[in-house]
Amino acid sequence: MTAVTAGAGRRRPRNRQALRLLVLVVIVAVVLYPLVWMLGTSVKSQAEIVNNIGLLPEDFTPGNYVEGWTNFDVGFGRFFLNSAMVSLLTVVGNALSCLLAAYALGRLRFRLRKVWFTVMIGTLLLPGHVLIVPQYILFRSLGLVGGDWPYLPLLVPHFLATEAFFVFLMVQFMRGIPRELDEAAKIDGASPYGVFRHVILPLSRPALVTTAIFSFIWTWNDFFRQLVFLSTLQDYTVPVALTLFIDSTSQSAVGPMFAMSVLSLLPVFLFFLAFQRMLVEGINTSGLKG
Amino acid sequence: MALTTAPGRTPRTGPVGPRPTRRGAGRARYGEGLAGYVFLSPWLIGLMGITALPMLLSLWLSFTDYDILTPLSEVRWVGLANYERMFTADPSYWHAVRVTLTFALVAVPLKLAAALGVALLLNRTWRGVGLFRGLFYLPSLLGGSVALAIVWVNMFNRDGAFNSFLALFGVEGLPWVADPDWALQTLMVLAIWQFGAPMVIFLAGLKQVPVELYEAAAVDGAGVWRRFRAVTLPMLSPVIFFNLVLETIHGFQGFTAAFVLSNGTGGPVDSTLMYTLKLYISGFTDLEMGYASAMAWVFLLAIALITAVFFSTGRFWVHYSDGGDDS
Repeated sequence: MTAVTAGAGRRRPRNRQALRLLVLVVIVAVVLYPLVWMLGTSVKSQAEIVNNIGLLPEDFTPGNYVEGWTNFDVGFGRFFLNSAMVSLLTVVGNALSCLLAAYALGRLRFRLRKVWFTVMIGTLLLPGHVLIVPQYILFRSLGLVGGDWPYLPLLVPHFLATEAFFVFLMVQFMRGIPRELDEAAKIDGASPYGVFRHVILPLSRPALVTTAIFSFIWTWNDFFRQLVFLSTLQDYTVPVALTLFIDSTSQSAVGPMFAMSVLSLLPVFLFFLAFQRMLVEGINTSGLKG
Repeated sequence: MALTTAPGRTPRTGPVGPRPTRRGAGRARYGEGLAGYVFLSPWLIGLMGITALPMLLSLWLSFTDYDILTPLSEVRWVGLANYERMFTADPSYWHAVRVTLTFALVAVPLKLAAALGVALLLNRTWRGVGLFRGLFYLPSLLGGSVALAIVWVNMFNRDGAFNSFLALFGVEGLPWVADPDWALQTLMVLAIWQFGAPMVIFLAGLKQVPVELYEAAAVDGAGVWRRFRAVTLPMLSPVIFFNLVLETIHGFQGFTAAFVLSNGTGGPVDSTLMYTLKLYISGFTDLEMGYASAMAWVFLLAIALITAVFFSTGRFWVHYSDGGDDS
């Protein structure tokens, strides 16, 4: 590089920094545009949705929310309750069962442990679509599909630690807990159950929180399994209910459809705001997918 | 590992006197084998009942013409007929394979390129970098939600936001999502838009590249492009590999957006008939569960094969530094 004056030498990186920032701002605008557009459309009147191509409404109308909320006989409130229940119970099931499995695979010594660990890693790559048909048949033959409590096919797998991802995440986490703590507790007379209860459980809080956040968001957003297993309108969860708008293709449904879409993203968005740092760092360490 | 008192920790002497250390430790050790299986039991039950048994059932069903309406005991064994039909007599199956491969081959590299590009731009420490990181990650988090797919489809409608944008430049748009030539591309753009998750992983990888390497390369007179090719890319190759495998598998499984765009039909004119959508239609719309099971097994084998190919070719271009640094 040729010699430059001190002033120019200082200005160059600063220009580059400004250019970098400008490029980033443009990309952010593109990335956020669809979301802002969705928000704007959800408060536009029917006439404005057709005629006003601007991002924001000239005339703010919350009517779409009222109309969407009371749509489809049972109302969207019911769908939200269903989704909330399924998601929260999934969180409990995943956190509990995956922690137990991870403690066994990551901390205890027993026969065939390596074999089971390898099998667990193997199931990590197994696509859910492969199992959906036989699982449907199994749950159906047990009378659980469309039964008294139609959510069992959605929930049971999560209470049996079938989401290998979280097992793996927690095994990795537990490797970081010093072995000396286990040994000390053992010397004090603790059994493996005592070690779990008094050492591992309290120290696993960060892993449990990460698991809880991601299993909530994934279940809330999940569509495939809920579409397959829920068949009665009043049992529908939010994602399945949203597709009712598409079925009723009439143009007048666009406003309410957008309003309910916004509401359906709200819980995930609030989680995002609350745990932004953790979410982003969580996928750093584990490769978790959104 | 030796069972000794942990450093810095003296055996507790309480009212009951010194603990019978050897016995206590021995008992804990004694119960560990059983405890292992006690703690593992939910997972084991899940593995047997929710994963292994369904897999066997699905393999068996793939050789039958099971339609869910006939009882399992009366199901007819049809041998390889389902596989034969899939490969020779069902053009829409091959079409679904083509759609899925096209989607993965185009969207995955572009998504990774976008992720790497933005990660490079963000790989500096300054105030506000966290905010940008979070905003880029947001679309990935909303991921496969129906709401996002609905927004996307409406944005690329004839009178959607994208055409309004084109109109500003006097370009007349198309009804993108209703046009068989463009519907799949619309879904690709959606996938690329969600580049946040691989981006965050790239950023973590970039932080691991030792600054000395860049300094050494700069001293040797390497320019920006040369430094990227000779330092960044090789040092980042394990992370690129990881993202590539993950995103490819992820890409093959795309379902929600295709379902929403086509209202569950794979249309217009089968242009968005992703493999998983074809499987869903066969199994749950046409109730041909034997046929869908055969499809599922081919899918599983294909994903296993692709993963194996990645791992066997990976050693030619993935560079692992020997010791790793001491941090």
